[in-house]
Amino acid sequence: MLDPAKKKEMLRTMIQVRAFEEKLNDLYQKQVMFGSPHSYRGQEAIAAGVCAALEPSDLIASYHRGTGHLVAKGADLYKLLCECIGRRDGYSKGRGGKMHMGDLSFGFLGNTGTVGATVPFATGAALAAKIRGGREVAVSFMGDGAMNQGVVHEAMNMAGLWKLPVVYIVENNLYAMTVSVEKSVAVKQLADRAAAYGFEGKAIDGNDAELVYEETRRAADKARRGDGPTLLECLTYRWDGHFGGDPGTGYRKREEIEEWKRRDPIRRLKEKLSAENRLTEAEFERISAAVYAELDEIAAKAEASPLPAAEVNIDDVFAR
Amino acid sequence: MDSVTEKTKEMRLQEALRETLRYEMARDPRVFVMGEDVALFGGAYGVTRGLMQEFGESRVRDTPISEAALVGLAVGAAINGMRPVVEIQFCDLLPLCMDQLVTHAARYHYMTGGRISVPIVIRNKFGTRPGGGPSHSSCNHGAFIPFPGLKIICPTTPADAKGLLLSAIRDPNPVLCFESHHLYGVKGAVPEGDYTVPIGKAALRRQGKDLTIVTCGGMVLKVDAAAEKLREKGVETEIIDLRSLAPIDTETILASVGKTKRAMIVDEGPVIGGLTAEIAAIIQENLFSDLKAPVIRVGAAPIPPPHSGPLVEAMVPGVARIEAEALRVIGA
Repeated sequence: MLDPAKKKEMLRTMIQVRAFEEKLNDLYQKQVMFGSPHSYRGQEAIAAGVCAALEPSDLIASYHRGTGHLVAKGADLYKLLCECIGRRDGYSKGRGGKMHMGDLSFGFLGNTGTVGATVPFATGAALAAKIRGGREVAVSFMGDGAMNQGVVHEAMNMAGLWKLPVVYIVENNLYAMTVSVEKSVAVKQLADRAAAYGFEGKAIDGNDAELVYEETRRAADKARRGDGPTLLECLTYRWDGHFGGDPGTGYRKREEIEEWKRRDPIRRLKEKLSAENRLTEAEFERISAAVYAELDEIAAKAEASPLPAAEVNIDDVFAR
Repeated sequence: MDSVTEKTKEMRLQEALRETLRYEMARDPRVFVMGEDVALFGGAYGVTRGLMQEFGESRVRDTPISEAALVGLAVGAAINGMRPVVEIQFCDLLPLCMDQLVTHAARYHYMTGGRISVPIVIRNKFGTRPGGGPSHSSCNHGAFIPFPGLKIICPTTPADAKGLLLSAIRDPNPVLCFESHHLYGVKGAVPEGDYTVPIGKAALRRQGKDLTIVTCGGMVLKVDAAAEKLREKGVETEIIDLRSLAPIDTETILASVGKTKRAMIVDEGPVIGGLTAEIAAIIQENLFSDLKAPVIRVGAAPIPPPHSGPLVEAMVPGVARIEAEALRVIGA
C-alpha cells in the first residue's frame, strides 16, 4: 500500500496540474498568451502518478500536451508560465513557447510540436545511461496519436533490442486531435504493440493515480535492473478540446464527455483518501485553495514581467 | 588557424577518418559510434573497421535500418551527456532524418533558450557516380545550408578529414559531415596527434591572379585538373576549397575575388537554389562594382542522378566543361 503522505502529495500535484491548465486557459481567453494551450484537464493522474514514482535523476521527454508533465516533474512554475505566454523570463526566453522547452536541472529532456518526435530522444537518453552504466531511467510521454509515427516504431524496436532503461507512457485519451483511436489504429489495444518490440505492454486505468504510480514504479525498477523497457497504455480522456479554440464537441458526444468527467481523477484520489480517513473535506479545500492562490500570485508576476526585446539573437543559435 | 603537430603519416582519407574516431574514442569516453553495418563489418566504406574490436559493442553499435530514429537516439544520447557519431550510408537517406535533424537537433539550443545543446556528428557519403542511381548517388549537401543551427563540413584531403572530424566531434552543436565517394581512397600526409581544423575556414588549394574558382568535395580534383589546363593557356586560377558549407567562409572568398575580380563556383550538386547560388549572391552583394565578368555557376544538370555512365557524365560537370566555362569568364 502506498504511503498516505505520498498519496496526499500526488493529490496536491494533480490539483496543481489542473490549476495550471485553467490558468493557461484564462490567459488565452484574455489574449495574454501567444498561441494556444493544449489542455491536460482530465489526464492529471498520469503526470502525477508517473512523476511521483521517479527519482530526481530520472529523465522525462514530453510532447505538445506537456505542461502537466512539467508541473509534476518539478518545473519552476514562474518560468514555465512565462514561457507559455512568451515572456523573457520563460524557460526558453520566449523562443519556444509551451511546446518547446528543455531543462536538465529537473530532468526534462524536452518537448516539441512534432507528434512522436521526442520518443527517440528519451530512448537515446536511455541508451546514454546504458553505455555509461548510469542509474537513470528515461520516461517517454506520448499521446495515442504518436503511436502511429514511424520514428516511434523504430525507437521502440531499438529499445527492446538493447533492453534500454526506458518507460513508454502512452496517454490514450481516445482522440488524436479529432480522429478517434478506433478510426486510426488497426489493433484494439495500443499496449499490444509492445509485444512486437519484445517487451511488456500493459493497458491500465490512467485515471487512477495510485495505480499509475505503482505500475510506473514497477516499470522503472525493472528498467533500472537492466530488464528493459515497458509500455504503459494509460486509458484516459481529455475534458477539453484539442486546443484553446476547439470546444471538443464537434467530434465527441456530450454524454461521452460527461461520463468521463464523472471519472474525475482528482475526485477519485480524494474519495479514496477520505474513505481511508486520511483526508477531510476541509483539508482538501485548504490544499486546493493554497495551490490556486499560489498560482494566482505567480501569474500576476508573470503577466507583469517583460516581453523579450524585439531583436534577432543569431549568436544564440549555436552553443559555444 | 589549424593547430600544428610536427609528425605526419601518409594515409587514405578513409583511414584518416578512422584514425580520428579511434583517437577521440580513446581520449573521450563520451564518444560512441552507431550506424548500419559499422561494427562487425566496419562500415560500408570501411571507415569504422576495427573500432568495435578495440572499443567493444557498447560503443560501436550496429543498428537496425532505422535512419530517422538513429539520428533521434543520437540527439537524446547527446542531451544526456554523450557525443554520438552516427554513420548514414548515403546522403540520399538524410531526407528520412529531416525532422530529427533540422527541426530538432539544429534548433534545440536556440529553442531551449540555450539550456540544452546537441553535440552530434552525422557522417554520410555523397557523390554522383555511375551505378548509384536516384537513391544511392545524390549530392544534396546544398539543401542543408538554410537550416540555422546546423554546421556542415566537407573534407577533401586526408589531413582535413582528420582535422575537421576532430573539430566536429568536439563541437557542442550538430555537425553534418559530407564525405565524397570520389575521395575516400585519396592519399595524403596526415598530422599525428591532436590535429584540428576549425569549422568555417576554407582552404586555398591553388593561387592565381586571373580567376577564383570556389568549390568543394570531389569537384576539387576536377577543378584542379582544369586549372592545370588553364595554366598551359596562360590563365592563373585561384582555387578555394570551402571545407565547411555552414558556416561559409565569406572572408576568404571575398579576399580572393577582390583580387582576381572574376569568380566561378563549381559544385557536384544541382545549381538551382543550392550552394552555388548562395556563394554567387555573397560575391555580387559585396563586390559588384569590382567584378570584370558575371559570376558563373557550374553544377549538375537539374535532373535526378541517373544510373548509366554516359547519363552521369552528361549530368555532372567534367574537367573540359569547367575549363570551357572558365575561359568564358576570362573572355578568352
